[in-house]
Amino acid sequence: MTGTNPGISSDAHGVAPGMDPAVDSPVHSSAPGGLVKSVVELDRVVIRLAGDSGDGMQLTGGRFTSETASFGNDLSTLPNFPAEIRAPTGTLPGVSSFQLHFADHDIMTPGDAPDVLVVMNPAALKANLMDLPGGGLLIADSDEFTARNLAKVGYDSNPLEDGSLDKWQLVAVPLTSMTTDALADSGLGKKEAERSKNMFTLGLLSWMYHRPTEGTVRFLERQFRRKPQIAAANIAAFRAGFNYGETTEAFAVSYEVKPAPMAPGKYRHISGNQALAYGIIAAGQRSGLPVFLGAYPITPASDILHELSKHKSFGVRTFQAEDEIAGIGAALGASFGGALGVTTTSGPGVALKAETIGLAVMTELPLLIIDVQRGGPSTGLPTKTEQSDLLQALYGRNGEAPVPVIAPRSPGDCFDATLEAARIALTYRTPVILLSDGYLANGAEPWSIPGASELPDLRTEFATEPNGEDGEFLPYLRDPETLARAWAVPGTAGLQHRIGGLEKADKTGNISYDPENHDFMTRTRQAKVDGIAASIPATEVDDPDGDARVAVIGWGSTYGPIGAACRRIRASGRSIAQVHLRHLNPLPADLGEILARYDRVICPEMNLGQLAMVLRAKYLVDVHSHTQVRGLPFRAAELAAVFQDVIDGTTGTPATADHTDTTILDVPAQTGAAL
Amino acid sequence: MTAIESTNAHVHDLGMPGGPDVTTIAGAIDASVAANGPKQTALKAKDLKTDQEVRWCPGCGDYVILNAVQSFLPSLGIAREDMVIISGIGCSSRFPYYMNTYGMHSIHGRAPAIATGLAASRPDLSVWVVTGDGDALSIGGNHLIHTLRRNVNLTILLFNNRIYGLTKGQYSPTSEVGKVTKSTPMGSLDHPFNPVSLALGADATFVGRAMDSDRKGLTDVLRQAAEHQGTSLVEIYQNCNIFNDGAFELLKDPNTGPMWTIPLVHGEPLVFGPGGASCVVRDDFGGLRIAETNQVDAAQIVVHDAHREDPSYAFALSRLSSQDLRYTPMGVFRKVAKPSYDRMMTDQLEDAAAQQPADLDALLAGGDSWTVSA
Repeated sequence: MTGTNPGISSDAHGVAPGMDPAVDSPVHSSAPGGLVKSVVELDRVVIRLAGDSGDGMQLTGGRFTSETASFGNDLSTLPNFPAEIRAPTGTLPGVSSFQLHFADHDIMTPGDAPDVLVVMNPAALKANLMDLPGGGLLIADSDEFTARNLAKVGYDSNPLEDGSLDKWQLVAVPLTSMTTDALADSGLGKKEAERSKNMFTLGLLSWMYHRPTEGTVRFLERQFRRKPQIAAANIAAFRAGFNYGETTEAFAVSYEVKPAPMAPGKYRHISGNQALAYGIIAAGQRSGLPVFLGAYPITPASDILHELSKHKSFGVRTFQAEDEIAGIGAALGASFGGALGVTTTSGPGVALKAETIGLAVMTELPLLIIDVQRGGPSTGLPTKTEQSDLLQALYGRNGEAPVPVIAPRSPGDCFDATLEAARIALTYRTPVILLSDGYLANGAEPWSIPGASELPDLRTEFATEPNGEDGEFLPYLRDPETLARAWAVPGTAGLQHRIGGLEKADKTGNISYDPENHDFMTRTRQAKVDGIAASIPATEVDDPDGDARVAVIGWGSTYGPIGAACRRIRASGRSIAQVHLRHLNPLPADLGEILARYDRVICPEMNLGQLAMVLRAKYLVDVHSHTQVRGLPFRAAELAAVFQDVIDGTTGTPATADHTDTTILDVPAQTGAAL
Repeated sequence: MTAIESTNAHVHDLGMPGGPDVTTIAGAIDASVAANGPKQTALKAKDLKTDQEVRWCPGCGDYVILNAVQSFLPSLGIAREDMVIISGIGCSSRFPYYMNTYGMHSIHGRAPAIATGLAASRPDLSVWVVTGDGDALSIGGNHLIHTLRRNVNLTILLFNNRIYGLTKGQYSPTSEVGKVTKSTPMGSLDHPFNPVSLALGADATFVGRAMDSDRKGLTDVLRQAAEHQGTSLVEIYQNCNIFNDGAFELLKDPNTGPMWTIPLVHGEPLVFGPGGASCVVRDDFGGLRIAETNQVDAAQIVVHDAHREDPSYAFALSRLSSQDLRYTPMGVFRKVAKPSYDRMMTDQLEDAAAQQPADLDALLAGGDSWTVSA
């Protein structure tokens, strides 16, 4: 242990010069030392919990998130775990972590770097320490720093004791043995009792940050209702951790982060996959169509299948197919029958589904294809995030096969984006690809709960009468406005028709090899998808100063980091405009005109420049592409540095004398300096 | 038609909220199905023909099967708009274009998957899959076996001509070893599937086999397949007169056919051949073998039982025939009752709705919400 007042700054309470209060680092007020427990108010905290895959870090993080959400902070989370279910215990590949950023104000990212790092073993320390800025609070389970565990990850001596961690505020706590001591009378064996150490840790953190605890107690009772002994042990460990914080000399200070001001209303916290699943259910309810999900298990999309399979009372049919192809095939079959067909997958699955997506393009049936992107190519990084399926979504099919593509920008936005995807699919009778990603899927944020009756009306009409001049049914007769074809479902008398993958004759839908017809139909399918742009609202440009000469354009989950970076830029006195795309195909009709307004356009992406390539091709704009494929979201500070370079390179000078490079980039450093 | 009315009632009873803004789930489908009044179920074969010119090669076995199906379907008493035919890719898969029902000519091998989604979400429909040996057993083999084990309510017609016709004559997964084709000039090395054995290995609840030219036998198997609740697989031996002409001649020839064909009639002893000279008896290893009728006790002759729960007997029957088609059983191998997938899926939806009525607002609010006041 390196001090009795860990995490206490001698700095004055307040905002450092040149800092935007909305993006600053934790500000630690001075507090009395010694054993007097004091409370310090912070405006935001980033905590990272790291341990072995078997240590329950995701569960602990999830509970801390729930407590924090119900307390009313704004928050953003970043779960980060290996693809292996259980890598060998205590090794680097087995380290799993969960980062939570919570604040008394509106925030956009899970935080670039933690202020507090909790490590449950030496492997977790080794894998995460480099991210903890100097002076940050480091809590370690000293029981797990055994010679054997240290050797597993190549420590020659115990870092908790050899002084190598002096630049951080280290608190070594015997979390494991204190847990087993607390559970001595629980009737559980030592091994079993040890498993509650995550709840002990959660209790300690709950004390340290004044989190409400009732929710976790209720959760544990519910989770283990068939194993009351385990429930009791976990609750006891949770309370013991809380009480330990209150009584120990190791922590003299606790911290308070006030609730964030939010628009009045009812809120919950929600993950991207959960919001997406709810969006599908809502789309079924609002369209009046039964939902049919055909899916094959794949990380990180499986949770959507799990969630939807719980909601059969909404008329949702879930079908776990034998493979990805059968998943989408069954969904398309259901669409043919009048259902809202949906298939959920990740990049490798989209590759397998490509031929069926083409069939849906040809048969012009509504279908939702959800791609929760992960690192690629091939199996790639199943549990890590990436945006590298954009070109696959746009172009990854044989023939001219245009498909609308939509991307949500935050976990909660997965709900609205799904409804928008359903609107397009049903209105235009087309497959639609929704590009979520691993970060959105597993990340969580507070969500303003919408009223069901305020959601978009997605009702659609089936054909029930012949539409031809001679009393015949023409399945490919189109609505003149949307170019959508008539949708007649089996069971409708007199409208029997055959569709399929062979080229269709205009109007009749019969097989046609006619050259002119193929040219016409190819262009018509393209025109139908292009025409969707007419239904897309005007693009929002966020330029509060109104004088930006540089615009940054993004899509999908980079919204948060880009937005946070733009705030930093503006806090430094510079101007920047932010454009974030939801519709990637077709692109908004006004986009070309918007991009042309700026001297430079920056496009940060978690791929090697896929949207930038599309924008360059489509608008002849010299887009500055900034890319990173680390399997993790962008850091706001890094993006801000890139933006600043471009702005200064464009305008020739830094914005003001007071605001130098360090102003934008100093956030991690500031944390250290403050301590 | 009462069957349809009752299934629609199931779809209705899902406990959907009926507020002014929310259309009852399946309401739009039901409205379409009911839009044009009572169902016309008295059909003639010509009612099932389309205006599309049939484009199989002259002399193709597919014509015979199409005629047999069009003649037989009206006897089921199902309105043509309630029938859907889904096919894959291949010569046989053009079938839907020639049937005045709903249909989809889909992609190679995937028809069982597409049909599964349709049949599972619309139990009121009569869903048929038309496929071939390459489509069903090669590129689509996975979908076929999984559809069979799930027992979705579908009837699969597998046209087996033991060759790839549409791609002009490569060997197929049912071609005999050593077959010389365009892609195997020195003879095929592949050991073929026996489609009936494969289906039985997947625990198919209904498996039958028929010959394209045997209108009566084909119609009989088709009728039983259509009436079966669950997945029915019917292998139809079909002659490709261009790339594999005469593939089934051994069985079609009036002289050799009776010698090598074992007719399967439920409850009848398995006696066949001219004058009933041959029969099927149990062998010493739990399987079946061919014997000369006058060499065995009448009691030893196996009496066909298509309803046996254990598929081993039907499997043993399917193994009597060899690649050269000697001792080929024709008829229904297996027909056992088991709940169909779509029925069970609908039951789960109804149970869920009975336990907890659908309430979108409650779902979205969840259990852990908080309110920010103005």
